[in-house]
Amino acid sequence: MNVARPGAEIAPTATVPAAGDGILVSNLTVTYPNGFTAVSDAGFALDPGTICALVGPNGSGKSTVFKAIMGFVEPSTGEVRLMGLPVEQALKQNLVAYVPQSEEVDWNFPVLVETVVTMGRYGHMNFLRIPSRSDRAKVDEALARVGMSAFRHRQIGELSGGQRKRVFLARALAQEARIILLDEPFTGVDVNTEAAIVALLRELRRDGHLILISTHDLGSVPEFCDRVVLINRTVLAAGPTAEVFTHANLERAFGGRDRT
Amino acid sequence: MTGLIDWLTVPLAYPFMQRALVVSVMVAAVCAVLSCYLVLKGWSLIGDAISHAVLPGIVVAYVVNLPLAVGAFAAGLGCALFTGYLKAHSRVKEDTVMGIVFSGMFGLGLVLFTRIETDQHLMHILFGNVLGVTPRDLAETALVAGGTLIVVLLRRRDLLLYCFDVNHARAIGLPVGLLHYGLLVLLALTIVSALKAVGIILVIAMLIAPGATAYLLTNSFERMLAIATAMAVVSAALGTVVSFHIDGATGACIVLTQAAFFAAAFLFAPGHGLLRRRRMAADPEPGS
Repeated sequence: MNVARPGAEIAPTATVPAAGDGILVSNLTVTYPNGFTAVSDAGFALDPGTICALVGPNGSGKSTVFKAIMGFVEPSTGEVRLMGLPVEQALKQNLVAYVPQSEEVDWNFPVLVETVVTMGRYGHMNFLRIPSRSDRAKVDEALARVGMSAFRHRQIGELSGGQRKRVFLARALAQEARIILLDEPFTGVDVNTEAAIVALLRELRRDGHLILISTHDLGSVPEFCDRVVLINRTVLAAGPTAEVFTHANLERAFGGRDRT
Repeated sequence: MTGLIDWLTVPLAYPFMQRALVVSVMVAAVCAVLSCYLVLKGWSLIGDAISHAVLPGIVVAYVVNLPLAVGAFAAGLGCALFTGYLKAHSRVKEDTVMGIVFSGMFGLGLVLFTRIETDQHLMHILFGNVLGVTPRDLAETALVAGGTLIVVLLRRRDLLLYCFDVNHARAIGLPVGLLHYGLLVLLALTIVSALKAVGIILVIAMLIAPGATAYLLTNSFERMLAIATAMAVVSAALGTVVSFHIDGATGACIVLTQAAFFAAAFLFAPGHGLLRRRRMAADPEPGS
Protein backbone atom coordinates (compact mmCIF):
# COMPACT_ATOMS: atom_id res chain seq x y z
CA MET A 1 0.00 0.00 0.00
CA ASN A 2 1.19 3.42 -0.91
CA VAL A 3 1.33 5.23 2.41
CA ALA A 4 2.82 8.70 2.92
CA ARG A 5 6.59 8.58 3.06
CA PRO A 6 8.90 11.23 4.49
CA GLY A 7 9.87 12.21 0.94
CA ALA A 8 6.30 12.58 -0.37
CA GLU A 9 5.30 16.06 -1.45
CA ILE A 10 3.29 17.80 1.22
CA ALA A 11 2.47 21.48 0.94
CA PRO A 12 3.73 23.67 3.80
CA THR A 13 0.17 24.56 4.81
CA ALA A 14 -0.43 20.92 5.65
CA THR A 15 1.22 21.16 9.06
CA VAL A 16 -0.91 24.10 10.18
CA PRO A 17 -4.19 23.04 11.81
CA ALA A 18 -7.23 24.00 9.76
CA ALA A 19 -9.47 26.77 11.06
CA GLY A 20 -12.39 25.76 8.84
CA ASP A 21 -12.69 29.02 6.86
CA GLY A 22 -13.43 26.86 3.82
CA ILE A 23 -15.52 23.92 4.94
CA LEU A 24 -16.58 23.42 8.54
CA VAL A 25 -18.53 20.26 9.32
CA SER A 26 -19.48 19.89 12.98
CA ASN A 27 -21.31 17.07 14.76
CA LEU A 28 -22.94 16.06 11.49
CA THR A 29 -25.48 13.26 11.69
CA VAL A 30 -27.62 12.37 8.68
CA THR A 31 -30.52 9.96 9.04
CA TYR A 32 -32.52 9.21 5.87
CA PRO A 33 -36.34 9.00 5.90
CA ASN A 34 -36.13 5.18 5.86
CA GLY A 35 -34.36 5.32 9.23
CA PHE A 36 -30.83 4.58 7.97
CA THR A 37 -28.16 6.71 9.61
CA ALA A 38 -25.42 7.13 7.01
CA VAL A 39 -23.04 9.24 9.10
CA SER A 40 -23.13 10.19 12.74
CA ASP A 41 -21.31 12.86 14.68
CA ALA A 42 -18.88 13.61 11.85
CA GLY A 43 -16.68 16.68 12.02
CA PHE A 44 -13.74 18.20 10.15
CA ALA A 45 -12.43 21.60 9.13
CA LEU A 46 -10.69 22.69 5.92
CA ASP A 47 -9.12 25.96 4.82
CA PRO A 48 -9.02 27.51 1.34
CA GLY A 49 -5.94 26.62 -0.68
CA THR A 50 -6.15 22.97 0.25
CA ILE A 51 -6.54 19.73 -1.62
CA CYS A 52 -8.24 17.22 0.64
CA ALA A 53 -9.19 13.61 0.03
CA LEU A 54 -12.37 12.25 1.55
CA VAL A 55 -11.41 8.60 1.84
CA GLY A 56 -13.51 5.63 2.85
CA PRO A 57 -14.78 2.29 1.55
CA ASN A 58 -17.99 2.02 -0.48
CA GLY A 59 -21.01 2.71 1.70
CA SER A 60 -18.92 4.61 4.27
CA GLY A 61 -21.02 7.77 3.97
CA LYS A 62 -18.71 9.71 1.61
CA SER A 63 -21.52 10.63 -0.73
CA THR A 64 -23.78 11.54 2.19
CA VAL A 65 -21.15 14.01 3.39
CA PHE A 66 -20.97 15.41 -0.15
CA LYS A 67 -24.75 15.73 -0.24
CA ALA A 68 -24.76 17.50 3.12
CA ILE A 69 -22.12 19.96 1.88
CA MET A 70 -24.24 20.69 -1.19
CA GLY A 71 -27.44 20.94 0.84
CA PHE A 72 -29.11 17.94 -0.88
CA VAL A 73 -29.79 16.33 2.52
CA GLU A 74 -30.72 18.06 5.75
CA PRO A 75 -28.52 17.24 8.73
CA SER A 76 -30.48 15.53 11.50
CA THR A 77 -28.09 17.15 13.95
CA GLY A 78 -24.99 19.30 13.54
CA GLU A 79 -24.27 21.75 10.74
CA VAL A 80 -22.16 22.54 7.72
CA ARG A 81 -20.72 25.99 7.03
CA LEU A 82 -19.03 26.96 3.78
CA MET A 83 -16.72 29.98 3.64
CA GLY A 84 -18.33 30.95 6.95
CA LEU A 85 -21.87 30.84 5.52
CA PRO A 86 -24.77 28.42 5.95
CA VAL A 87 -25.01 26.01 3.00
CA GLU A 88 -28.11 27.62 1.46
CA GLN A 89 -26.45 31.04 1.26
CA ALA A 90 -23.17 29.63 -0.01
CA LEU A 91 -25.01 27.89 -2.86
CA LYS A 92 -26.91 31.08 -3.73
CA GLN A 93 -23.55 32.85 -3.99
CA ASN A 94 -22.25 30.17 -6.35
CA LEU A 95 -19.42 29.25 -4.00
CA VAL A 96 -19.70 25.50 -4.46
CA ALA A 97 -19.10 23.56 -7.68
CA TYR A 98 -19.65 19.86 -8.19
CA VAL A 99 -17.74 17.72 -10.70
CA PRO A 100 -19.84 14.57 -11.18
CA GLN A 101 -18.66 11.00 -11.56
CA SER A 102 -18.40 9.93 -15.19
CA GLU A 103 -21.19 7.37 -14.75
CA GLU A 104 -23.60 10.07 -13.61
CA VAL A 105 -23.39 11.97 -16.90
CA ASP A 106 -25.37 11.10 -20.05
CA TRP A 107 -22.55 11.53 -22.58
CA ASN A 108 -24.98 11.23 -25.50
CA PHE A 109 -26.78 14.37 -24.35
CA PRO A 110 -26.87 16.91 -27.20
CA VAL A 111 -24.81 19.61 -25.51
CA LEU A 112 -21.56 21.10 -26.73
CA VAL A 113 -18.50 21.70 -24.57
CA GLU A 114 -19.13 25.46 -24.48
CA THR A 115 -22.77 24.90 -23.48
CA VAL A 116 -21.70 22.84 -20.47
CA VAL A 117 -19.16 25.45 -19.38
CA THR A 118 -21.70 28.24 -19.90
CA MET A 119 -24.02 26.38 -17.50
CA GLY A 120 -21.47 27.26 -14.84
CA ARG A 121 -22.46 30.91 -15.31
CA TYR A 122 -26.25 30.40 -14.97
CA GLY A 123 -26.22 31.36 -11.30
CA HIS A 124 -24.67 34.71 -12.25
CA MET A 125 -26.92 35.40 -15.24
CA ASN A 126 -30.29 37.12 -15.57
CA PHE A 127 -33.64 35.31 -15.49
CA LEU A 128 -33.44 34.25 -19.14
CA ARG A 129 -29.84 32.99 -18.87
CA ILE A 130 -28.65 35.07 -21.77
CA PRO A 131 -24.87 35.35 -21.41
CA SER A 132 -23.46 38.85 -21.13
CA ARG A 133 -20.11 39.87 -22.57
CA SER A 134 -18.43 39.19 -19.22
CA ASP A 135 -20.12 35.77 -18.98
CA ARG A 136 -18.71 34.90 -22.39
CA ALA A 137 -15.26 36.13 -21.39
CA LYS A 138 -15.33 33.97 -18.25
CA VAL A 139 -16.33 30.92 -20.29
CA ASP A 140 -13.48 31.59 -22.76
CA GLU A 141 -11.04 32.03 -19.88
CA ALA A 142 -12.14 28.81 -18.16
CA LEU A 143 -11.86 26.84 -21.40
CA ALA A 144 -8.39 28.25 -22.03
CA ARG A 145 -7.34 27.50 -18.47
CA VAL A 146 -8.05 23.77 -18.86
CA GLY A 147 -6.69 23.69 -22.43
CA MET A 148 -10.04 22.89 -24.05
CA SER A 149 -10.61 26.00 -26.18
CA ALA A 150 -10.10 24.07 -29.40
CA PHE A 151 -12.86 21.62 -28.44
CA ARG A 152 -15.57 24.14 -27.59
CA HIS A 153 -17.88 23.12 -30.43
CA ARG A 154 -17.55 19.38 -29.81
CA GLN A 155 -20.39 17.35 -28.37
CA ILE A 156 -19.29 16.10 -24.92
CA GLY A 157 -19.46 12.43 -25.87
CA GLU A 158 -16.77 12.95 -28.52
CA LEU A 159 -14.13 13.68 -25.86
CA SER A 160 -11.67 11.37 -24.10
CA GLY A 161 -12.02 10.61 -20.40
CA GLY A 162 -9.51 13.25 -19.32
CA GLN A 163 -10.98 15.90 -21.62
CA ARG A 164 -14.43 15.23 -20.18
CA LYS A 165 -13.13 15.86 -16.66
CA ARG A 166 -11.45 19.07 -17.80
CA VAL A 167 -14.73 20.35 -19.26
CA PHE A 168 -16.49 19.92 -15.93
CA LEU A 169 -13.57 21.55 -14.11
CA ALA A 170 -13.87 24.44 -16.56
CA ARG A 171 -17.54 24.69 -15.62
CA ALA A 172 -16.51 24.98 -11.95
CA LEU A 173 -14.00 27.72 -12.90
CA ALA A 174 -16.56 29.63 -14.97
CA GLN A 175 -18.86 29.44 -11.96
CA GLU A 176 -16.12 31.17 -9.93
CA ALA A 177 -16.68 28.65 -7.16
CA ARG A 178 -14.33 28.73 -4.18
CA ILE A 179 -15.03 25.15 -3.17
CA ILE A 180 -14.82 22.39 -5.78
CA LEU A 181 -16.12 18.92 -4.99
CA LEU A 182 -14.92 16.05 -7.20
CA ASP A 183 -16.66 12.69 -6.99
CA GLU A 184 -14.36 9.75 -7.81
CA PRO A 185 -12.44 11.73 -10.46
CA PHE A 186 -9.91 9.00 -11.23
CA THR A 187 -12.28 6.11 -11.91
CA GLY A 188 -11.64 4.74 -15.39
CA VAL A 189 -8.94 7.33 -16.13
CA ASP A 190 -5.45 6.33 -17.28
CA VAL A 191 -2.23 7.33 -15.48
CA ASN A 192 -1.29 10.19 -17.83
CA THR A 193 -4.75 11.69 -17.62
CA GLU A 194 -4.71 11.41 -13.86
CA ALA A 195 -1.39 13.28 -13.78
CA ALA A 196 -2.84 16.03 -15.99
CA ILE A 197 -5.88 16.41 -13.74
CA VAL A 198 -3.69 16.50 -10.64
CA ALA A 199 -1.49 19.20 -12.20
CA LEU A 200 -4.59 21.28 -12.85
CA LEU A 201 -5.88 20.77 -9.30
CA ARG A 202 -2.51 21.94 -7.95
CA GLU A 203 -2.83 25.15 -9.97
CA LEU A 204 -6.30 25.71 -8.59
CA ARG A 205 -5.00 25.18 -5.06
CA ARG A 206 -2.40 27.86 -5.70
CA ASP A 207 -5.25 30.24 -6.56
CA GLY A 208 -6.82 29.58 -3.19
CA HIS A 209 -9.50 27.07 -4.21
CA LEU A 210 -10.52 24.45 -1.70
CA ILE A 211 -10.70 21.09 -3.44
CA LEU A 212 -12.39 18.12 -1.82
CA ILE A 213 -12.04 14.78 -3.59
CA SER A 214 -14.20 11.81 -2.71
CA THR A 215 -12.34 8.61 -3.51
CA HIS A 216 -11.86 4.98 -2.55
CA ASP A 217 -8.77 4.81 -4.75
CA LEU A 218 -5.91 5.31 -2.29
CA GLY A 219 -3.01 5.01 -4.72
CA SER A 220 -2.34 8.64 -5.52
CA VAL A 221 -3.70 10.31 -2.39
CA PRO A 222 -0.35 10.89 -0.62
CA GLU A 223 1.15 12.30 -3.84
CA PHE A 224 -0.99 15.41 -4.06
CA CYS A 225 -3.40 15.74 -1.15
CA ASP A 226 -2.48 18.08 1.70
CA ARG A 227 -5.10 16.66 3.98
CA VAL A 228 -7.13 13.51 4.37
CA VAL A 229 -10.50 12.97 6.00
CA LEU A 230 -10.86 9.27 6.70
CA ILE A 231 -14.45 8.22 6.99
CA ASN A 232 -16.47 5.13 7.78
CA ARG A 233 -19.94 6.06 9.07
CA THR A 234 -18.17 8.78 11.08
CA VAL A 235 -14.88 10.63 10.77
CA LEU A 236 -12.15 8.26 11.95
CA ALA A 237 -9.29 10.69 11.43
CA ALA A 238 -8.78 14.09 9.80
CA GLY A 239 -5.67 16.18 9.34
CA PRO A 240 -2.42 16.47 7.40
CA THR A 241 -1.87 13.55 5.05
CA ALA A 242 1.32 12.37 6.76
CA GLU A 243 -0.47 12.06 10.09
CA VAL A 244 -3.72 10.54 8.89
CA PHE A 245 -2.65 8.35 6.00
CA THR A 246 -1.08 5.62 8.12
CA HIS A 247 -1.38 1.86 7.97
CA ALA A 248 -3.14 1.72 11.31
CA ASN A 249 -5.77 4.31 10.31
CA LEU A 250 -6.41 2.79 6.90
CA GLU A 251 -6.87 -0.62 8.47
CA ARG A 252 -9.44 0.87 10.80
CA ALA A 253 -11.31 2.49 7.92
CA PHE A 254 -11.15 -0.37 5.48
CA GLY A 255 -11.45 -3.21 7.98
CA GLY A 256 -7.94 -4.48 7.36
CA ARG A 257 -8.56 -5.21 3.67
CA ASP A 258 -5.86 -3.99 1.34
CA ARG A 259 -7.68 -1.88 -1.25
CA THR A 260 -4.82 -0.61 -3.43
CA MET B 1 -46.46 21.48 -60.58
CA THR B 2 -49.87 23.17 -60.57
CA GLY B 3 -51.25 19.72 -59.79
CA LEU B 4 -49.23 19.60 -56.60
CA ILE B 5 -50.17 23.13 -55.61
CA ASP B 6 -53.85 22.35 -56.21
CA TRP B 7 -53.49 19.15 -54.18
CA LEU B 8 -52.10 21.15 -51.28
CA THR B 9 -54.43 24.16 -51.49
CA VAL B 10 -57.81 22.73 -52.51
CA PRO B 11 -58.59 21.45 -48.99
CA LEU B 12 -57.97 24.92 -47.61
CA ALA B 13 -61.00 26.30 -49.43
CA TYR B 14 -63.09 24.86 -46.58
CA PRO B 15 -63.21 26.82 -43.29
CA PHE B 16 -63.24 23.60 -41.23
CA MET B 17 -60.04 22.54 -42.97
CA GLN B 18 -58.45 25.92 -42.31
CA ARG B 19 -59.22 25.61 -38.61
CA ALA B 20 -58.02 22.00 -38.57
CA LEU B 21 -54.74 23.05 -40.15
CA VAL B 22 -54.16 25.93 -37.74
CA VAL B 23 -54.94 23.81 -34.66
CA SER B 24 -52.81 20.88 -35.85
CA VAL B 25 -49.84 23.11 -36.53
CA MET B 26 -50.07 24.89 -33.17
CA VAL B 27 -50.42 21.65 -31.26
CA ALA B 28 -47.60 20.03 -33.22
CA ALA B 29 -45.27 22.92 -32.45
CA VAL B 30 -45.80 22.91 -28.69
CA CYS B 31 -45.67 19.10 -28.53
CA ALA B 32 -42.42 19.15 -30.50
CA VAL B 33 -40.71 21.53 -28.10
CA LEU B 34 -41.82 19.48 -25.09
CA SER B 35 -40.78 16.26 -26.84
CA CYS B 36 -37.13 17.37 -26.87
CA TYR B 37 -37.14 17.46 -23.06
CA LEU B 38 -39.15 14.24 -22.70
CA VAL B 39 -36.80 12.29 -24.95
CA LEU B 40 -33.69 13.54 -23.13
CA LYS B 41 -35.13 13.19 -19.63
CA GLY B 42 -36.54 9.71 -20.34
CA TRP B 43 -40.05 10.85 -19.53
CA SER B 44 -41.86 9.26 -22.49
CA LEU B 45 -43.89 6.99 -20.20
CA ILE B 46 -44.88 9.95 -18.03
CA GLY B 47 -46.31 11.62 -21.12
CA ASP B 48 -48.27 8.48 -21.96
CA ALA B 49 -49.49 8.18 -18.37
CA ILE B 50 -50.70 11.78 -18.09
CA SER B 51 -52.53 11.60 -21.41
CA HIS B 52 -54.45 8.43 -20.49
CA ALA B 53 -55.20 9.70 -16.99
CA VAL B 54 -57.09 12.77 -18.25
CA LEU B 55 -60.17 10.71 -19.21
CA PRO B 56 -61.92 10.61 -15.79
CA GLY B 57 -61.16 14.31 -15.42
CA ILE B 58 -63.03 15.08 -18.65
CA VAL B 59 -66.12 13.15 -17.51
CA VAL B 60 -66.14 14.66 -14.02
CA ALA B 61 -65.67 18.17 -15.44
CA TYR B 62 -68.67 17.54 -17.70
CA VAL B 63 -70.81 16.45 -14.72
CA VAL B 64 -69.94 19.46 -12.55
CA ASN B 65 -70.14 21.78 -15.55
CA LEU B 66 -66.51 22.95 -15.63
CA PRO B 67 -64.52 23.47 -18.83
CA LEU B 68 -63.37 20.01 -19.93
CA ALA B 69 -59.79 21.25 -20.25
CA VAL B 70 -59.71 22.10 -16.55
CA GLY B 71 -60.82 18.60 -15.55
CA ALA B 72 -58.39 17.03 -17.97
CA PHE B 73 -55.50 19.11 -16.64
CA ALA B 74 -56.31 18.34 -13.00
CA ALA B 75 -56.58 14.60 -13.62
CA GLY B 76 -53.40 14.47 -15.68
CA LEU B 77 -51.35 16.36 -13.15
CA GLY B 78 -52.95 14.36 -10.34
CA CYS B 79 -51.74 11.16 -11.99
CA ALA B 80 -48.15 12.44 -12.10
CA LEU B 81 -48.21 13.65 -8.48
CA PHE B 82 -49.92 10.48 -7.18
CA THR B 83 -47.30 8.37 -8.97
CA GLY B 84 -44.54 10.36 -7.30
CA TYR B 85 -46.18 9.92 -3.89
CA LEU B 86 -46.61 6.15 -4.27
CA LYS B 87 -43.04 5.75 -5.48
CA ALA B 88 -41.68 7.67 -2.47
CA HIS B 89 -43.73 5.56 -0.04
CA SER B 90 -43.22 2.05 -1.36
CA ARG B 91 -40.46 -0.16 -2.72
CA VAL B 92 -42.07 -0.39 -6.16
CA LYS B 93 -40.24 1.29 -9.04
CA GLU B 94 -41.60 4.41 -10.68
CA ASP B 95 -42.54 2.94 -14.07
CA THR B 96 -44.40 0.11 -12.33
CA VAL B 97 -46.41 2.47 -10.13
CA MET B 98 -47.12 4.68 -13.11
CA GLY B 99 -48.41 1.76 -15.19
CA ILE B 100 -50.90 0.91 -12.46
CA VAL B 101 -51.99 4.48 -11.74
CA PHE B 102 -52.62 5.57 -15.32
CA SER B 103 -54.30 2.37 -16.49
CA GLY B 104 -56.45 2.49 -13.36
CA MET B 105 -57.45 6.09 -14.05
CA PHE B 106 -58.11 5.28 -17.70
CA GLY B 107 -60.32 2.37 -16.61
CA LEU B 108 -62.16 4.64 -14.18
CA GLY B 109 -62.68 7.14 -16.98
CA LEU B 110 -64.18 4.48 -19.27
CA VAL B 111 -66.52 3.22 -16.52
CA LEU B 112 -67.66 6.77 -15.72
CA PHE B 113 -68.11 7.51 -19.40
CA THR B 114 -70.40 4.54 -20.03
CA ARG B 115 -72.42 5.25 -16.86
CA ILE B 116 -72.90 8.98 -17.44
CA GLU B 117 -74.77 10.52 -20.37
CA THR B 118 -72.59 13.15 -22.01
CA ASP B 119 -72.70 14.94 -25.34
CA GLN B 120 -69.12 13.85 -25.97
CA HIS B 121 -68.11 11.07 -28.35
CA LEU B 122 -65.66 8.61 -26.87
CA MET B 123 -63.94 8.19 -30.23
CA HIS B 124 -63.33 11.94 -30.41
CA ILE B 125 -61.76 11.99 -26.96
CA LEU B 126 -59.61 8.97 -27.69
CA PHE B 127 -58.48 9.86 -31.20
CA GLY B 128 -59.25 13.55 -31.61
CA ASN B 129 -61.67 15.33 -33.91
CA VAL B 130 -59.70 18.09 -35.48
CA LEU B 131 -62.15 18.48 -38.39
CA GLY B 132 -64.88 19.38 -35.88
CA VAL B 133 -62.90 22.19 -34.25
CA THR B 134 -65.03 25.28 -33.60
CA PRO B 135 -63.65 28.84 -33.64
CA ARG B 136 -63.99 28.78 -29.85
CA ASP B 137 -61.92 25.57 -29.62
CA LEU B 138 -59.34 27.21 -31.81
CA ALA B 139 -59.08 30.21 -29.51
CA GLU B 140 -58.74 27.96 -26.45
CA THR B 141 -56.03 25.88 -28.09
CA ALA B 142 -54.16 29.00 -29.15
CA LEU B 143 -54.28 30.29 -25.58
CA VAL B 144 -53.10 27.10 -23.87
CA ALA B 145 -50.60 25.97 -26.51
CA GLY B 146 -49.27 29.49 -27.08
CA GLY B 147 -48.88 30.20 -23.37
CA THR B 148 -47.14 26.89 -22.75
CA LEU B 149 -44.83 27.40 -25.71
CA ILE B 150 -43.80 30.86 -24.52
CA VAL B 151 -43.05 29.67 -20.98
CA VAL B 152 -41.00 26.69 -22.17
CA LEU B 153 -39.00 28.75 -24.63
CA LEU B 154 -38.25 31.46 -22.06
CA ARG B 155 -37.14 28.87 -19.47
CA ARG B 156 -35.58 26.46 -21.96
CA ARG B 157 -32.03 26.81 -20.64
CA ASP B 158 -32.92 26.07 -17.02
CA LEU B 159 -35.10 23.14 -18.08
CA LEU B 160 -32.23 21.80 -20.16
CA LEU B 161 -29.83 22.09 -17.24
CA TYR B 162 -32.38 20.33 -15.03
CA CYS B 163 -32.55 17.43 -17.51
CA PHE B 164 -28.78 17.29 -18.07
CA ASP B 165 -27.30 17.68 -14.60
CA VAL B 166 -29.71 18.11 -11.71
CA ASN B 167 -26.87 18.17 -9.15
CA HIS B 168 -25.22 21.16 -10.78
CA ALA B 169 -28.60 22.90 -10.94
CA ARG B 170 -28.97 22.35 -7.19
CA ALA B 171 -25.38 23.34 -6.45
CA ILE B 172 -25.82 26.76 -8.10
CA GLY B 173 -29.00 27.33 -6.12
CA LEU B 174 -31.64 26.84 -8.84
CA PRO B 175 -35.11 25.82 -7.57
CA VAL B 176 -34.93 22.21 -8.73
CA GLY B 177 -38.33 21.23 -7.28
CA LEU B 178 -39.97 24.10 -9.13
CA LEU B 179 -38.29 23.05 -12.39
CA HIS B 180 -39.43 19.43 -11.89
CA TYR B 181 -43.07 20.27 -11.18
CA GLY B 182 -43.01 23.12 -13.67
CA LEU B 183 -42.04 20.70 -16.42
CA LEU B 184 -44.84 18.32 -15.33
CA VAL B 185 -47.39 21.15 -15.39
CA LEU B 186 -46.22 22.28 -18.83
CA LEU B 187 -46.46 18.69 -20.05
CA ALA B 188 -50.02 18.35 -18.72
CA LEU B 189 -51.01 21.66 -20.35
CA THR B 190 -49.51 20.53 -23.65
CA ILE B 191 -51.47 17.29 -23.55
CA VAL B 192 -54.71 19.13 -22.77
CA SER B 193 -54.13 21.50 -25.69
CA ALA B 194 -53.56 18.53 -28.01
CA LEU B 195 -56.71 16.57 -27.12
CA LYS B 196 -58.92 18.17 -29.80
CA ALA B 197 -56.40 17.50 -32.50
CA VAL B 198 -55.14 13.98 -31.84
CA GLY B 199 -56.92 12.65 -28.74
CA ILE B 200 -55.51 11.04 -25.66
CA ILE B 201 -54.21 7.86 -27.31
CA LEU B 202 -52.20 9.44 -30.11
CA VAL B 203 -50.86 12.53 -28.36
CA ILE B 204 -47.92 10.56 -27.03
CA ALA B 205 -46.67 10.08 -30.60
CA MET B 206 -46.51 13.85 -31.07
CA LEU B 207 -44.71 14.09 -27.72
CA ILE B 208 -41.96 11.66 -28.73
CA ALA B 209 -41.43 11.45 -32.49
CA PRO B 210 -40.24 15.03 -33.17
CA GLY B 211 -37.71 15.04 -30.31
CA ALA B 212 -36.50 11.54 -31.16
CA THR B 213 -36.07 12.45 -34.83
CA ALA B 214 -34.18 15.65 -34.06
CA TYR B 215 -32.00 13.81 -31.52
CA LEU B 216 -30.72 11.62 -34.34
CA LEU B 217 -29.89 14.63 -36.49
CA THR B 218 -27.92 17.03 -34.28
CA ASN B 219 -25.61 17.36 -31.29
CA SER B 220 -26.80 20.82 -30.29
CA PHE B 221 -29.92 21.29 -28.20
CA GLU B 222 -30.92 24.61 -29.75
CA ARG B 223 -30.79 23.01 -33.18
CA MET B 224 -32.68 20.00 -31.83
CA LEU B 225 -35.54 22.31 -30.81
CA ALA B 226 -35.61 23.91 -34.25
CA ILE B 227 -35.50 20.62 -36.16
CA ALA B 228 -38.17 19.01 -33.99
CA THR B 229 -40.51 21.97 -34.41
CA ALA B 230 -39.97 22.19 -38.16
CA MET B 231 -40.51 18.46 -38.61
CA ALA B 232 -43.67 18.49 -36.47
CA VAL B 233 -45.19 21.51 -38.21
CA VAL B 234 -44.55 20.08 -41.68
CA SER B 235 -45.98 16.72 -40.56
CA ALA B 236 -49.07 18.37 -39.14
CA ALA B 237 -49.76 20.31 -42.33
CA LEU B 238 -49.00 17.37 -44.61
CA GLY B 239 -50.95 14.90 -42.47
CA THR B 240 -54.00 17.16 -42.42
CA VAL B 241 -53.99 17.62 -46.21
CA VAL B 242 -53.40 13.90 -46.82
CA SER B 243 -56.28 12.99 -44.50
CA PHE B 244 -58.58 15.18 -46.61
CA HIS B 245 -57.63 13.42 -49.84
CA ILE B 246 -57.69 9.86 -48.55
CA ASP B 247 -60.64 10.54 -46.24
CA GLY B 248 -58.65 9.19 -43.29
CA ALA B 249 -58.53 10.09 -39.59
CA THR B 250 -56.56 13.35 -39.38
CA GLY B 251 -54.79 12.69 -36.06
CA ALA B 252 -53.65 9.30 -37.31
CA CYS B 253 -52.38 10.78 -40.59
CA ILE B 254 -50.29 13.36 -38.72
CA VAL B 255 -48.83 10.71 -36.43
CA LEU B 256 -48.04 8.48 -39.40
CA THR B 257 -46.26 11.33 -41.19
CA GLN B 258 -44.15 11.97 -38.10
CA ALA B 259 -43.34 8.27 -37.83
CA ALA B 260 -42.20 8.34 -41.47
CA PHE B 261 -39.85 11.25 -40.70
CA PHE B 262 -38.45 9.35 -37.74
CA ALA B 263 -37.90 6.24 -39.88
CA ALA B 264 -36.07 8.33 -42.49
CA ALA B 265 -33.84 9.88 -39.82
CA PHE B 266 -33.24 6.49 -38.26
CA LEU B 267 -31.98 5.13 -41.58
CA PHE B 268 -30.28 8.12 -43.18
CA ALA B 269 -29.13 10.48 -40.40
CA PRO B 270 -25.58 11.63 -41.22
CA GLY B 271 -24.17 11.06 -37.73
CA HIS B 272 -26.36 8.55 -35.92
CA GLY B 273 -28.34 6.82 -38.70
CA LEU B 274 -28.33 3.07 -39.23
CA LEU B 275 -26.79 3.20 -42.72
CA ARG B 276 -24.06 5.55 -41.57
CA ARG B 277 -23.22 3.25 -38.67
CA ARG B 278 -23.10 0.26 -41.00
CA ARG B 279 -20.69 2.09 -43.27
CA MET B 280 -18.57 3.17 -40.29
CA ALA B 281 -18.39 -0.43 -39.13
CA ALA B 282 -17.33 -1.64 -42.57
CA ASP B 283 -14.86 1.20 -43.12
CA PRO B 284 -13.57 2.46 -39.76
CA GLU B 285 -11.80 5.44 -41.33
CA PRO B 286 -14.31 7.42 -43.37
CA GLY B 287 -12.74 9.49 -46.09
CA SER B 288 -9.59 7.37 -46.29
